[in-house]
Amino acid sequence: MRLAASVLTLGLLAAAPAPAQAPDAALLAGACQGCHGVAGEGGHGIPSIKQQQTRAEFVAAMRAFRGNERPNTVMGRITRGYTDAEIAALAAHFAKPE
Amino acid sequence: MTLPRRSLLAAAPALVASALAAPRAARAQAGAGRVVIIGGGFGGASAARFARDRFPQLDVTLIERSRSFTTCPYGNLVLAGRRDMASITFGYERLAARGVRVVHQAAVAVDAQAKRVRLADGAQVPYDKLIVSPGIDLRWGAIEGYDEAASARMPHGWIPSLQPISLLAAQLRAMPDGGVFVMVIPDNPFRCPPGPYERISMVAEYLKRHKPRSKIIALDAKNGFSKQPLFQDAWAELYPGMVEWRGASNDGRVVRVRPAEMEVETEFGDRVKGDVINVIPPQMAASIAREAGLAAASGWCPIRPTTFESAQVPDIHVLGDATVAAPMPKSGFAASSHAKHAVACIAAALSGRPAPPAVFFNTCYSHVGDDYGISIVGVFRGTPERIIEVEGAGGISPRNEVLGARAREFRRLEALYADGWYDAITNEMFS
Repeated sequence: MRLAASVLTLGLLAAAPAPAQAPDAALLAGACQGCHGVAGEGGHGIPSIKQQQTRAEFVAAMRAFRGNERPNTVMGRITRGYTDAEIAALAAHFAKPE
Repeated sequence: MTLPRRSLLAAAPALVASALAAPRAARAQAGAGRVVIIGGGFGGASAARFARDRFPQLDVTLIERSRSFTTCPYGNLVLAGRRDMASITFGYERLAARGVRVVHQAAVAVDAQAKRVRLADGAQVPYDKLIVSPGIDLRWGAIEGYDEAASARMPHGWIPSLQPISLLAAQLRAMPDGGVFVMVIPDNPFRCPPGPYERISMVAEYLKRHKPRSKIIALDAKNGFSKQPLFQDAWAELYPGMVEWRGASNDGRVVRVRPAEMEVETEFGDRVKGDVINVIPPQMAASIAREAGLAAASGWCPIRPTTFESAQVPDIHVLGDATVAAPMPKSGFAASSHAKHAVACIAAALSGRPAPPAVFFNTCYSHVGDDYGISIVGVFRGTPERIIEVEGAGGISPRNEVLGARAREFRRLEALYADGWYDAITNEMFS
C-alpha cells in the first residue's frame, strides 16, 4: 500500500498543496537523528548536520539527494519521502541560525 | 513546581510512592499531565527522552522491571564474536538524571477506568496518559515441543531480557567444525524482519573463520524475506556453499521440535538434526498489553495510525513491536518513530491542540560480513484508516551487480553507517 504522491517524485518545482497543518520539525528530525545523532553531530563516517550549512544550502543538498545528483547510500531513498515544506522545516531545525 | 519535585525524586527513589499521589493541583502549568510509560526499550526510552526534552510541562514516569537494557539489535554481532554483551547493554541512570522518574518494578495490571497502573509490589501509579511499549512474548507451544524448557537446549536469542544471546553464542563456540547450525524462522509478523538473516550472516562469518567445514540450514515458514536479494548475494559471495535456506514452499515450515534428539520436523515430515538449533518461534504482544485489553485476537495491538492511540482502550498509546503498524516493520527505529509521535500527540491533546501530522520513518541496517552492510529505508504517513508507505521513496540498497565498481565501497559505508545508527539511537535513549 503506497501513497500516490506525485509532488514527491519530481516535485522540486511546484509547491505542494497546502497541508492541513504545518510540518513539525522536531518530529520530522527523528528520521535524521536516528543516524546523525540527537543534535545532528554525526559519527562513524556519518557527517555532522549540526549547523554546518545555511538553510538554502541544506535544502539544495536534500534536493540533490532526492534527484540522485549527489552521491549517497541512503539519503536519496530518504529524501524522496519528504515534501518541500518538510525539508524546509528540517533546514530551519538543523541549519545555521539566521 | 514540577521541577523541584522531579529532581528531588531522582535523588530519593523511596519518595516515589508518596509523590505519585501528589494532588493534581500541584501541576498548574498549561497542558501539564502525568505521562506514564510501561517498558524501557526502544519505544519507551525514546518516548521518555523526547517527552523530557521537548515538553517540560509533562510529568514523566518510566516503569521498567530491569535495571539495564540489552538491545536486540547488535546481538548478532555477539554471535560473530565482534561485540561483547557489555557493549550492547545500557542503564537508565541518564534518563533519571534528565528528570524521568524511573521505577524499576514490573507493571502487572492496567486499570483503564481508574487510569492507573498496578506494580508488582502493589503500588498504584496514576496517569493522565499511558504509553505501553511492552515488546513481545514468544508463543510457547506454537511449534509443538517448543516451550521454555526446550529453549534452554534450542535457544531463541530473540528477547534479551528473557534469554541473553550469550547462551546461543556459547553453543556456537562449542560446536565442532563440520557441525550443522539449524535456524527455525517464523512467518510474518515478527520482531525484526531482517534479524534472522543477519543472524545467518553473522554465524556464517564466525564459522568461516573458525569452523569452515560447518553448514547452516535455515528452515523458514515463509517464501520470501526482508532484503532477500542483498542477503542472498552476500551469502553466495562471502560464504559460498555454507548457507542453505529453505522457504515454506520447499518444506521449510517447522511444526515440531525434539530437544532430546536435537531434531526439528517440518510440515511434510522431514527431520533435520543440528549440532546447534536456534528456534525463533511465532510471537505476540507482551502480556501486559494483552492483559490490559490492548491486543486483538491476533495477539497484536491495533492502533490509530494518526496518533498511535490504542484502537481499543482510551488514553493509552501503544508503541513498537507490540502494535499492528504494517507496513512499518517491527524494529527499534520504528518504535522510536512511533514514540516521538505519540508523545507529541499526548502533549497536544493535554493542551487542547490538534495532533501533529503523522509522518514516520525507519531504517534497518544489517551486517552481513566484514565491512559489508546492507539497508532498507521507509518513510510512512498515517491516515485515519492505515499507515501508508510513501511511494517512490525508501526501499533496499542497490545490489552489487547494479553498483559495479562502487559496490565494495558502498557495502563498506553501509557497515560503517550501521554502527553510526547504533551509537546514535542508543545514545539518544541512554546517554
